[in-house]
Amino acid sequence: MLELNAQTIGFFIFSALMVGGGLGVVTSRNLIHGALYLILSLFGGAGLFVLLSAPFLAAVQILVYIGAIAILIIFAVMLTRSMTRMGEVFNTQWWLSALVAIAVFALLVVGVIMPVFGGLDMSTVSAEVGTTMELGIALVDGNQFVLPFEVASLLLTAAMIGAIVIARDRD
Amino acid sequence: MNVVNEWAFIGVFMAVAWIFPTLPIVLAAFVSPRKPNAIKMQTYECGVETVGDTWVQFRVQYYIHGLVFLIFDVEMIFLFPWAMAYNQLDFFAFGAGLLFLFLLTDGLFYAWFKGDLEWS
Amino acid sequence: MNECRDLINTLAACLSTSGWDPGLAQFVQILLGVVLVTLAPLIIVIFLIWVERKFAARIQDRIGPNRVGPWGLLQTIADALKLITKEDITPAGADRVVFNLAPIVSVVSVILIWAVIPLSPIHIGVDLEIGALYFIAVGSIGTLAIMMAGWSSNNKYALLGAFRVVAQLVSYEIPFVFAILVPVMLAGSMGMQDIVDAQRGMWFAVLSPIAAAIFFLSAQAETGRAPFDLIEAESELVAGYNIEYSGMKFGLFFAGEFVHVLTNALLLVALFFGGWVGPFVDQLPILGFVYMFGKAALFYLFSLLLRNTLPRVRIDQMMNFNWKFLVPLSVINVAVVAFLLQVVRALGLAPASGMENDLIANLPQAAVLLAGNLVIIAVVLQLLRNAGRRDRSAEAVVVSKEDEMLPAQAAH
Repeated sequence: MLELNAQTIGFFIFSALMVGGGLGVVTSRNLIHGALYLILSLFGGAGLFVLLSAPFLAAVQILVYIGAIAILIIFAVMLTRSMTRMGEVFNTQWWLSALVAIAVFALLVVGVIMPVFGGLDMSTVSAEVGTTMELGIALVDGNQFVLPFEVASLLLTAAMIGAIVIARDRD
Repeated sequence: MNVVNEWAFIGVFMAVAWIFPTLPIVLAAFVSPRKPNAIKMQTYECGVETVGDTWVQFRVQYYIHGLVFLIFDVEMIFLFPWAMAYNQLDFFAFGAGLLFLFLLTDGLFYAWFKGDLEWS
Repeated sequence: MNECRDLINTLAACLSTSGWDPGLAQFVQILLGVVLVTLAPLIIVIFLIWVERKFAARIQDRIGPNRVGPWGLLQTIADALKLITKEDITPAGADRVVFNLAPIVSVVSVILIWAVIPLSPIHIGVDLEIGALYFIAVGSIGTLAIMMAGWSSNNKYALLGAFRVVAQLVSYEIPFVFAILVPVMLAGSMGMQDIVDAQRGMWFAVLSPIAAAIFFLSAQAETGRAPFDLIEAESELVAGYNIEYSGMKFGLFFAGEFVHVLTNALLLVALFFGGWVGPFVDQLPILGFVYMFGKAALFYLFSLLLRNTLPRVRIDQMMNFNWKFLVPLSVINVAVVAFLLQVVRALGLAPASGMENDLIANLPQAAVLLAGNLVIIAVVLQLLRNAGRRDRSAEAVVVSKEDEMLPAQAAH
């Protein structure tokens, strides 16, 4: 059932990158190392997008997450003094987040993995692959996504102004 | 070449591209002398010993510029499909794109006139 | 054996007719293409460094390298040998893995761009559907390399330099990407071959000179060349993010920078100056290389000229130039080009289908778009003039007040 071709090999490589990177993020004590592991994990995600015939999303993943958000995370780490060499666990609520993580994982197992292996009717999923061109048309079509498109812009602008107000020096 | 092959090329490319810059470094590790001593390994700082921790706190300006960049970056992602399909779009779609650009630059002008973009 | 005639593109078909396994043949073809595309920039850079040193020397009234090989051509190879045999010092307290990885990542991020550069009608690493977005995305990894280098060195200068560079790179990426939106819009595609192909009738630099100029300027800043070389700023930062690097690792950062300048020149030619388009290129594709590299060489030399003749700007000037000039201008340019394209279509001035490659058929559309760009330039110049006049008169007021306060006058 599992055919060994370029695509499956790619899938295993990228999955390993994602899982390994994710493990690195949660286990490394050094925040910058954590950020670099996160980049590795995101890169694996970009690879999976390519395998799913969504190269546009893969480029977005690299451009936005690796090129911008990862840089911003490193900036944020540098803004907080002497956090880069943390020796001890200082968060006493770690068990709470562990609980939430386990709950989310269980939800994903029940909701995604079991239906797929449990003979889910895959015919509902369209085999058609949308192109970037169609995305562009749909985004500004009055009958499709033009409102979400504009709202996204407004939301991002609001986010930017909010973040600037919070980050601004008060002196 | 079909789509799968195109990305196989990129995949192999990403693997191979690492080899050529790594080679000279590995080669250098074998060829170059290695005589480390404490003074040689010191952090370089104009002849005096470095004071305090390297990881000093940075100005919030860097973070604000990073934020503005991030927002623009995300918005550009929306504009690329729009630009790509532009030959097939009508005047309404042009208006939609213009409104999008206008809302985007709004935030920039806010930061500009509030003085957050001044570098001091 | 028809398949074996144009080996670079049909090697797989050729091999499988001679009895190879098709999958293996495919893989061998891909691997060969990859090695070619990877080696090309690395070999060219050896020559480029010589060009740069000779050029800088001539400007400064020196002779430049002239001892190793004819006209000093082998100087770079001698330098590389020297760098390899230099002792490689890793400072105490550095983060070894990240420290060693940073120069490699910085070179890789540039080499990866070469995958989508169209060198001739049939020679391109791979013509991705999202080519333009691909090279922006891959190029942005270079920022990360600098961050890694600055952070792992355990040196205040390196970290400070890295922060500045990253602030510069991310800022100038915005006008860079907005400039790329214009060719994408004009060609109706993100594929690099499509973009070059759409310029058979008219170069995009004629349709939107502003976009081409913004691309060139922000690319100059992306590579950290003067007047935007705050990265190095010897007088303030000693050397910036790569201060603790020595030997070949230091050399790699510079090799990456040199390749990046050439890469940007090639991208500028492909996006705005017609790429490989030229006479007889369809009959003899190899001519595409000549056109492509010939035009790129001109922009490369222009970049060198800027580097060697302009003074360095201050960091606040550089930031202001980006956020208060280039970014608004690039946004307005995209909006105006989009508007004029609608006007052109409404008036029926666009070249009729089948006539896209004809120069005459392209003239009306080009005239409208060019006029729009010229109007923007005129308005911007007028605004700059007013702003400059305001600044000067503000300065004049300050000066005259100081004059009144001079002690000699106060005594009267």
